[in-house]
Amino acid sequence: MSTAIASTGFSQEAFDAFLTTRDEPGWLIDMRRNAWRRFEELPMPSVRDEEWMRTDIRLFKLDRFGLPHSSPLDASPAHATEPHGVLAAGVEVGGRSTTLDGRLVVGELATKWAKQGVLFGSLDRMAAEHGDLLRPYFQRHVVDPFRDKFSALNAAGWSGGTLLYVPKGVRIEDPFHSLSVLGDGGIDFGKILVILDRDAEATVLTEVASLSANGGGLHCGSMELIVERGAGLRYVSLQNWGDEVWHFAHQKAHVASEGRLQWTIGALGSRLSKVNQHIAMTGPDAEVQVNGVMFTEGRQHLSYNTHQHHQAAYCKSDLLYKAALQDHSRTVWRGMIKVEKDAQRTDAYQRNDNLMLSRDARADSIPGLEIEADDVRCTHGSTSGRVDEQQLFYAMTRGYSRREAVRMIVTGFFQQVFDRITIEGVRNALSEAIGRRVRDIKEAVA
Amino acid sequence: MTETLKISNLHVAVEGKPILSGVNLTIHRGEVHALMGPNGSGKSTLAGAIMGHPKLEITEGTIELDGRSILEWDTSERARAGVFMAFQRPMAIPGVKMADFLRHATTNVRYPSRKEGEQLIPMREFRKELREKMAQLRMDEEFARRYVNDGFSGGEMKRAEILQMAMLRPKFAVLDETDSGLDVDAVKLASQSIAEIGGAEMGILIITHHDRLLEHNVPDFTHVMLGGRIVETGGVELARELYTEGYDQVRARHPEDAAIEKEMTSIEKKVASGAA
Repeated sequence: MSTAIASTGFSQEAFDAFLTTRDEPGWLIDMRRNAWRRFEELPMPSVRDEEWMRTDIRLFKLDRFGLPHSSPLDASPAHATEPHGVLAAGVEVGGRSTTLDGRLVVGELATKWAKQGVLFGSLDRMAAEHGDLLRPYFQRHVVDPFRDKFSALNAAGWSGGTLLYVPKGVRIEDPFHSLSVLGDGGIDFGKILVILDRDAEATVLTEVASLSANGGGLHCGSMELIVERGAGLRYVSLQNWGDEVWHFAHQKAHVASEGRLQWTIGALGSRLSKVNQHIAMTGPDAEVQVNGVMFTEGRQHLSYNTHQHHQAAYCKSDLLYKAALQDHSRTVWRGMIKVEKDAQRTDAYQRNDNLMLSRDARADSIPGLEIEADDVRCTHGSTSGRVDEQQLFYAMTRGYSRREAVRMIVTGFFQQVFDRITIEGVRNALSEAIGRRVRDIKEAVA
Repeated sequence: MTETLKISNLHVAVEGKPILSGVNLTIHRGEVHALMGPNGSGKSTLAGAIMGHPKLEITEGTIELDGRSILEWDTSERARAGVFMAFQRPMAIPGVKMADFLRHATTNVRYPSRKEGEQLIPMREFRKELREKMAQLRMDEEFARRYVNDGFSGGEMKRAEILQMAMLRPKFAVLDETDSGLDVDAVKLASQSIAEIGGAEMGILIITHHDRLLEHNVPDFTHVMLGGRIVETGGVELARELYTEGYDQVRARHPEDAAIEKEMTSIEKKVASGAA
């Protein structure tokens, strides 16, 4: 393996140098080394792989990027323009953290939660300070580091990141907010780890954005949500990367018996996104709701693989993804409901609706079921279509201009997802973020 | 000068097939006109043409509002000029609350030069007026929070159409089979409601099969459409006669139009369900 410039790229030397900057326990370094070996063995995914056949990344050149810096961020000019997120505006938070290119800018945790044993902040620092506590969670490998080249790369080279740990029975009303920002051409190998121990409750709002709307860069991330028995997590993630960012992420939740997870995703940014969102219900009576909203434009390509994995009986999962597509943009949704043999009385639902605002946009919608139990209720549906001419005509007979009518109809289309989001501030913030895109709709074909 | 909606020698085609062939109809503000005729005679197409449905092609003739042709105006401009249509089958707009939909619509129609993004009627003022109108129409307040026509019953949809008309206060209104699918009591309520919301101020064209909708809105004129033309015009007694006797006598009096009607029936069915 060779790279043009020794200090960049993903050479063994660069990785060894990266490890020397890490101040963390030996078991973690070992995990990184294993993942690195796997990263080197694995080929870059290609359209010949079933999972990637609709997502062509030949234009992505990994070697233009390098491993992240582990050194703390200096006060830099970029720092001065620290962006603020939209999700937590005007909301009292239990803790907040902001990173720039994966390096911590702000980290705060309310004292009252710290006193109850809650941990929140940079995963880097937490892994160094609370290694014994976190080790079993890391070693659970919620996201399989060997899954593909990107999961291996993140497992080997993650840096910065965010941890929330809520001890047994602690219930937190105020949300935690984390914002990751990319400078133009920057890299972010973040890892998010959320652990809710038994009967704990928390709300987490995460968002990612670029310093400039047309910024580029690479995000290769992972997200692990561990919801233990009887715990309840509301998790929101808003992806608002700049137009030229490459975004690869593996996101996975383990929901134990009687656990509850409401997971809401908003995806607006990036040049290309390839996200695996996987939920495993590992114990009986778990309940999961997944909401997704996407709005694409230009030549954006957003590809989401969702997986509702029922491993135990009496669990319920309900997924709704909605996308509106402009210009030449494209979305791919592949959804799988997998029900194991022991997961009797499963109640699972998946639905994907796409609204095409341009003749050149394309939405692939591929629902799938794999059921091995015999007493289940699994349903799925998907629709793709343009704004209905009759709806437009109807609104215009009420004095709406054509464009106003289109915007109203698109807003209504997304409202049906927002209606499922139980956190008012988030519902408003997401609808505002989508609303900004809707206001930019140039025209719509029918 | 009385305000007038004047349709002259109107010819309309859908996908190249003629549906209306020379309709003449003049409505003054304050008049009630009933338009009757068998299915497939072109009534809904006329309603669609007045509102400027994009799939309808005007091949000849004019539609004028106070002496100005509106043929070049799009549907929104016609609505803002005071022309309204109550739909036979109103569209559902999921995710959009009735109150929000109507606030925007009412603002646009009352301030026709409003540009997109400019202020709407203040929420308080609008809500107060909407509540009053809903009370008048004996509608539950909950209605305003529901999504436009989404999951409405047939009766609820028709009442929602009348509510919209009440809020938009048009100069001219076309009611396309506002009575269809309603039971006797609901038709009676609709009929009363139209009169109560100030129907007397408008020029109204009521497309109907029943005379009950006309009970509280006694037509000054009754027109019979057959084969894409208005073949007879009379008073209220003609409406009653058509309701009790049916259209066979009309067909017998106009054999040529009846022949065209027969040919067109299949086409109009398609238009009624698809385009207008």
